[in-house]
Amino acid sequence: MTTTLWTVWRDRLIFAGQLAFTLMVAAFLIVPAALSMMAGVTVSYFRGIRSGVTLDWIMQVWDLYADTIARSFLIALSALAVTLIIGVPAAYALYVRGGRLARTVEEIITLPLAIPGLAIALALLLSYGGFSDFRRSWLFILTGDVIFTLPFMVRSVIAIFAATDVKTLDEGAASLGASPWRRFRDVIVPNARPGILAGSLMVVTLSLGEFNLTWMLHTPLTKTLPVGLADSYASMRLEVASAYTLVFFVMIIPLLVAMQMFAGWSGGSGARR
Amino acid sequence: MRLNTFLLLCLLPLAVVVAAFFIMPMARLVAVGATGPTGLAAYAAILTEPRYRGTLINTIALSAATTAATLAIATVAGLFLQRHRFPGRAVLVALLTFPLAFPGVVVGFMIILLAGRQGLIGDITLALFGDKQVWAYSMQGLFLGYLYFSIPRVILTIMAAVEKLDPSLEEAARALGAGPWAVMRDVVLPALRPAFVASGAIAFATAMGAFGTAFTLATDIDVLPMLIYTEFTLSANIAMAAALSVGLGLVAWAILALARSFAGNTVAAAG
Repeated sequence: MTTTLWTVWRDRLIFAGQLAFTLMVAAFLIVPAALSMMAGVTVSYFRGIRSGVTLDWIMQVWDLYADTIARSFLIALSALAVTLIIGVPAAYALYVRGGRLARTVEEIITLPLAIPGLAIALALLLSYGGFSDFRRSWLFILTGDVIFTLPFMVRSVIAIFAATDVKTLDEGAASLGASPWRRFRDVIVPNARPGILAGSLMVVTLSLGEFNLTWMLHTPLTKTLPVGLADSYASMRLEVASAYTLVFFVMIIPLLVAMQMFAGWSGGSGARR
Repeated sequence: MRLNTFLLLCLLPLAVVVAAFFIMPMARLVAVGATGPTGLAAYAAILTEPRYRGTLINTIALSAATTAATLAIATVAGLFLQRHRFPGRAVLVALLTFPLAFPGVVVGFMIILLAGRQGLIGDITLALFGDKQVWAYSMQGLFLGYLYFSIPRVILTIMAAVEKLDPSLEEAARALGAGPWAVMRDVVLPALRPAFVASGAIAFATAMGAFGTAFTLATDIDVLPMLIYTEFTLSANIAMAAALSVGLGLVAWAILALARSFAGNTVAAAG
């Protein structure tokens, strides 16, 4: 009797301790984000929220950085288009073909996840920095983003092919006499839709937040949102930097929520298959 | 059109893009690393030149400390969240994974708000002890920042691994009289080892290559990505910057490859 009572209390203690610890970890992550959101709409961060609530800082961010926000969306959507056009057919080919060649290709396109962005950016600069029109345009940043986000699209589509046994469907359609192109359009792509959607969410989210490559690749005329953020952290007052961060959060949170709903297909953080 | 031709056509656009914008540039990077005044010796300088070696050791030590702390924190929280159902659990999980998509610069800013000159920790320590603590712009600040972006990723992996554990093993251990600590030490933690290796490797490689956070916080922090950046932009020492980034890339890639051969799944860092 006393032992069971002791066990019950012991388990409750362990539960309470773990809960307190987990709450502290969550606080470490969330409190600064909340502080930043608050600071972005506070008249004076130093005097606190009592100084009043204002949208002035957000307006100021809009005046100063609207172009970076537009450019980030342009680049993210272009990266999405490119990764869809080159990634989805390639995922199909890699999955159906299989074997060593497919594994090697997959291995190579996944390398940018292991190699730090700074190294890839340097490599691009050394190779294409001399083509000044290309170097000066937003397409240069797009190049980096495509290389960095491509593996997420390809792997998330391959994962859905494996999960839905698309080979059987493909062979069924082939036995009915459908041409490869029709099979791809009418059987493969519709069946891969959840994987394509999950991959698309990853690509857009990662591209919107990409900094390591972009910082090296940008020019004063091709600043993106994260580049502008770094700029504002270094040179603007805390309230403006916070308001800008708030704008970024507002853009990224719906994508994150959608991504969590598809976490099963995209493999969580993209770290696992 | 035969199927094989069609498959090749499917693969072609990707192959062209990857060859032109990844494989060729990376080969160029490796070649440029050897074009400095010292030639191929630039690669050896990473280990022999005291300044570069010191930075390399600093970076590895910081990344190892981040990895160890993240694994410990994420295991306690991940086990708890996967094993218990209580009101508000879903919200808590969402909060813990929310920073997943923050770029390194934003993480740096979070640390400034937490431990910078106008930071929360400074305000609290000032009120309690009359002494304002400012950590953000030092190695401690960088450590906090790396923890900040590693915890969400590792927690997700640990939770997924805990979900796959066979509960009957723990029941058996308990039936044989093992207490909660013994079950944890002898059953749960050994079973989680592959997850530790996989997520630890990701955390380590990500920390090695993290640039945005250091860039936001750095005033005088010596880590490899910052060194590469200053060699390239301030000293215009392009060959050394290339050699250092090849070295950095190799270390990060080797850690992940090693972990994968051990844990047997696809391991990759992001950000």
